[in-house]
Amino acid sequence: MKELLIGNAAVARGLYDAGCKVISSYPGTPSTEITETFAKFDNAYCEWAPNEKVAAEAAFGASLNGKRSSCCMKHVGLNVAADPLFTMSYTGINGGMVICVADDAGMHSSQNEQDSRHYAIASKVPMLEPSDSQEAYDFARAAFDISEEFDTPVLLKMCTRVAHSQSIVETREPLTDTDKEYQKLPQKYIMAPANAIRRHPFVEERTQKLTEYAETSPLNRVEEGDGSKDFGIITSSTSYQYVKEVFGDTVSVLKLGIINPLPVKLIRDFASKLDKVYVVEELDPIVETHCKNIGVDVVGKDIFSITGEFSQKTISKALGLEDKFSVKLDEDIPVRPPMMCAGCPHRGMYYVLAKNKVTVLGDIGCYTLGMAPPLNALDMTLCMGASVSGIHGFNVAGGEECEKKTVCVIGDSTFMHSGVTGLINIAYNQSNSTVIILDNSITGMTGHQQNPTTGYSIKGDPAGKVNLEDLCHSIGINSVRVVDPYNLAECEKVLKEEMAKAEPSVIISRRPCVLLKYVKPKKPLHVNPEKCKSCKRCMKFGCPAISFKDNHAVVDPTLCVGCGVCEQLCAFDAFESEVD
Amino acid sequence: METKNIMIVGVGGQGSLLASKLLGRLLVDEGYDVKVSEVHGMSQRGGSVVTYVRFGDKVYSPVIEDGEADFIVSFEKLEAARYADKLKKDGTVIVNTQQIDPMPVIIGAKTYPEDILDTMAQKGVNVDGIDALSLANEAGSSKACNIVLMGRLAKYFDIPVEKWQAAIEKCVKPQFVEINHKAFELGYNF
Repeated sequence: MKELLIGNAAVARGLYDAGCKVISSYPGTPSTEITETFAKFDNAYCEWAPNEKVAAEAAFGASLNGKRSSCCMKHVGLNVAADPLFTMSYTGINGGMVICVADDAGMHSSQNEQDSRHYAIASKVPMLEPSDSQEAYDFARAAFDISEEFDTPVLLKMCTRVAHSQSIVETREPLTDTDKEYQKLPQKYIMAPANAIRRHPFVEERTQKLTEYAETSPLNRVEEGDGSKDFGIITSSTSYQYVKEVFGDTVSVLKLGIINPLPVKLIRDFASKLDKVYVVEELDPIVETHCKNIGVDVVGKDIFSITGEFSQKTISKALGLEDKFSVKLDEDIPVRPPMMCAGCPHRGMYYVLAKNKVTVLGDIGCYTLGMAPPLNALDMTLCMGASVSGIHGFNVAGGEECEKKTVCVIGDSTFMHSGVTGLINIAYNQSNSTVIILDNSITGMTGHQQNPTTGYSIKGDPAGKVNLEDLCHSIGINSVRVVDPYNLAECEKVLKEEMAKAEPSVIISRRPCVLLKYVKPKKPLHVNPEKCKSCKRCMKFGCPAISFKDNHAVVDPTLCVGCGVCEQLCAFDAFESEVD
Repeated sequence: METKNIMIVGVGGQGSLLASKLLGRLLVDEGYDVKVSEVHGMSQRGGSVVTYVRFGDKVYSPVIEDGEADFIVSFEKLEAARYADKLKKDGTVIVNTQQIDPMPVIIGAKTYPEDILDTMAQKGVNVDGIDALSLANEAGSSKACNIVLMGRLAKYFDIPVEKWQAAIEKCVKPQFVEINHKAFELGYNF
């Protein structure tokens, strides 16, 4: 059957058709849709885990017990799952295991641009890299075969353009009978030093065998050009598509599908027939360095950027081809950055923080957008959970005065991911830190995934529910307050009280995301122009529904959800609710 | 056939994903090789969003670069201008004449460029402006702007209207088919 699928949906289909029975993941753009798509399939288990390490270990447990399993994450998620990855490389697997990791060159929705291929090399685990949705499907299936043939987890590396581009996929007959029996094999699965020291040589031998496999595997292929010997190109992933867009079938291309381990003889043979070889790869020079290490002279990062996303233009420009005609408007087009939605519950709390000039250590999620003007409410964002761990160190360094004007903010899902360990550190080491959990009852930025605090599973069924207040109390936080971020006066009062306390404290700012289906918007407000004194106080709030026209504030009724926070800000009662 | 390139641009939340889903479905049914590229995540939160749709005998790159777009379908005036450099020399912009101020304009740091569509026309761009929001409301929902614009785009193609309407039926929930069929017609007959 032929379908137009995004790369992530094609991966999900490929995993499923290869007999994958268990997926455990944590959402992260651009990887989320793999797991979301898989969750819709019958006769397979699928879950959101609190973080990527838990997910990878859950998937490993399923593999140990004979099921083909997978876990999916974004590039920075693999940092969190790196601990099990490096030792799963030693134990190998029972049922096949595929770890899907999606890089984000261009940082469409990420805090860094790290290149996951380094992890494959460092952990000595094979990595496949598809270039479109058909390959995403085919490689997901192939990854399970390689996993079981070579006794190793396999990394399937996506990137934003492959993950989120739709192209035509032809699916094949699904596999059956892929389950295996559990066997107790202590020397293989208990990685105490005496066993692990015997597994390391196995890993090295496996890499040798995989290199031989990569020399002849159909996942790597040479596409002969029109016979010109002037130059050829070694490439993979989405870069392959850009190369083909520019050159079609005129240039010889070595298209790599197995990115670790890289072949040796195949590359030498390819290069030997050409006067010059270019390596086209996004981010770090992994293939280029390999080529140079095996004595093949190539040109790569000397002309192609080490940062950002590529396109066909990147390639034509680097190789000196003529630019295409392009309209130039000579206009200053104002940027349109992403922002918190009208009615976003985070905005009320941020307004109070900004008003009180509080130092705010932030975290990863929609609420990172509190950094933007006019709120400018954030001082730091590093990685998942770093706000809670970081405020402790910040206050240790800054002392008593600092503690009274510093908070950290973290979302409910991010708190579950890795904020709770930082809070345990605060409780244990008794720093007078104030932690604000922005509980909007969903994982927001990645597009509304359930998490351990929502009470629902990935399929929307009732599930366990972590009670944040009880959790905080149980680890030793005595002062736990709950506020409604739509109530500015309450937020300000509680904030001041908690920051002043000489003990660890948690404020839970609780109101569900305004985009959730069960949250019904109220009627939009409007501004009474007679009452508006043009003081622009409401403009400091940064609500996208409020703008300033003809010398008074106006509300866009298509955006306003009637949250009423602007009413609290206005000293002249200019905001009025619609009369029914 | 040479690959054709359509960009769908707008403000996050305006429904560009449904428009690209509809186009993708239709073009696959017509037997073309098709690639559709969109960006999810942070860009959705009221920011500028762009979707690329490419179709032909064989499509490689999923993205559209400077000077390559045959059409830009824009849900908002400023967004049409933002991506004007992607247009081919004789390219066409189908644009909803709605103005949505971005945050730098809302807070007074920047001004919204006046007569931006005229500026584009003066540079040789074929500008096809349409009040899609009013037509969408006439069809029964302000959210149907995306399908009004698809109706307008259909004027430039040889694909029969019935096939577009059939693709709409495959892409929206049954209860929304009628509104979207009407929105498509209003855009097509504008």
